Amino acid sequence: MTMTAERPAPDPVQAAIADVEGLTSPDPATDAAEPAKLHDILLINYSGELEKVWATMLLASTAGAMQVPCRVFVTFWGLQNFVKDEKRITGKNWMQKMLAMMSRPGISHRPLSKMNFMGMGPWMMGTLARQQKNASPKELLQIAQEMGVEFIPCQMTMDMFGLTRDDLIEGMGEPVGAATVIGLMSEGSSPLFI
Amino acid sequence: METVEITTKVDARGLSCPMPIVRTAQAAKLMASGTLLEVLATDPGSIKDFAAWCRSTGNELVDQSVDGAVYRFVIRRK
Repeated sequence: MTMTAERPAPDPVQAAIADVEGLTSPDPATDAAEPAKLHDILLINYSGELEKVWATMLLASTAGAMQVPCRVFVTFWGLQNFVKDEKRITGKNWMQKMLAMMSRPGISHRPLSKMNFMGMGPWMMGTLARQQKNASPKELLQIAQEMGVEFIPCQMTMDMFGLTRDDLIEGMGEPVGAATVIGLMSEGSSPLFI
Repeated sequence: METVEITTKVDARGLSCPMPIVRTAQAAKLMASGTLLEVLATDPGSIKDFAAWCRSTGNELVDQSVDGAVYRFVIRRK
């Protein structure tokens, strides 16, 4: 896969048109008849904040659409994104339950890392996204799952937060540990920590 | 140029990244090999994105053009 370096373009529209004209004569080196060799991608979703979940889901669904094999290892705060939206209190002991109470789990209840303002920030962000016809993290997650992206929960995080398989959304992989992640990376999966 | 009719159309006008690519991938999944797909998009990023998508999936970008703010891509299903 070749990436051309970004040129400083004073007018992005003109630059885009110039690119179209340049691309109409296909370069034999990048001709579609010879598909690029694809490496696996391993996303590590560690964060539970709206903007980071969004980035994770955007990349995962795009990888699925591009037929690039993609796994998402879901750990720590990231696992809160994969608790079913309708679950309110999770956990087995009072501390785990209290943690869930202080920060509601589920992909539709994510706070922003900045400008959260008691949920006002995420609400405005969601409204802007709908106006711009951006897909929500939840929609992108469904698309990614349909396109074969595998979401793998971290066993240790599940134990720490007292989460069961029933707390998590449908279609997730078997819970695994760090050794699986390191194994995938050492075998050549391109990792990205979000 | 051979005359193959466009069998599938995707209207991704107004959609932003990555939805034009996602809708195209969803449509391409249902198409027979060798058939043509037309995509309309308004996302300026889609010019590079469709080239990248075709490279990675092996589908062929047969034609692309721009009419005002609308980009048109014609893709032959692998």
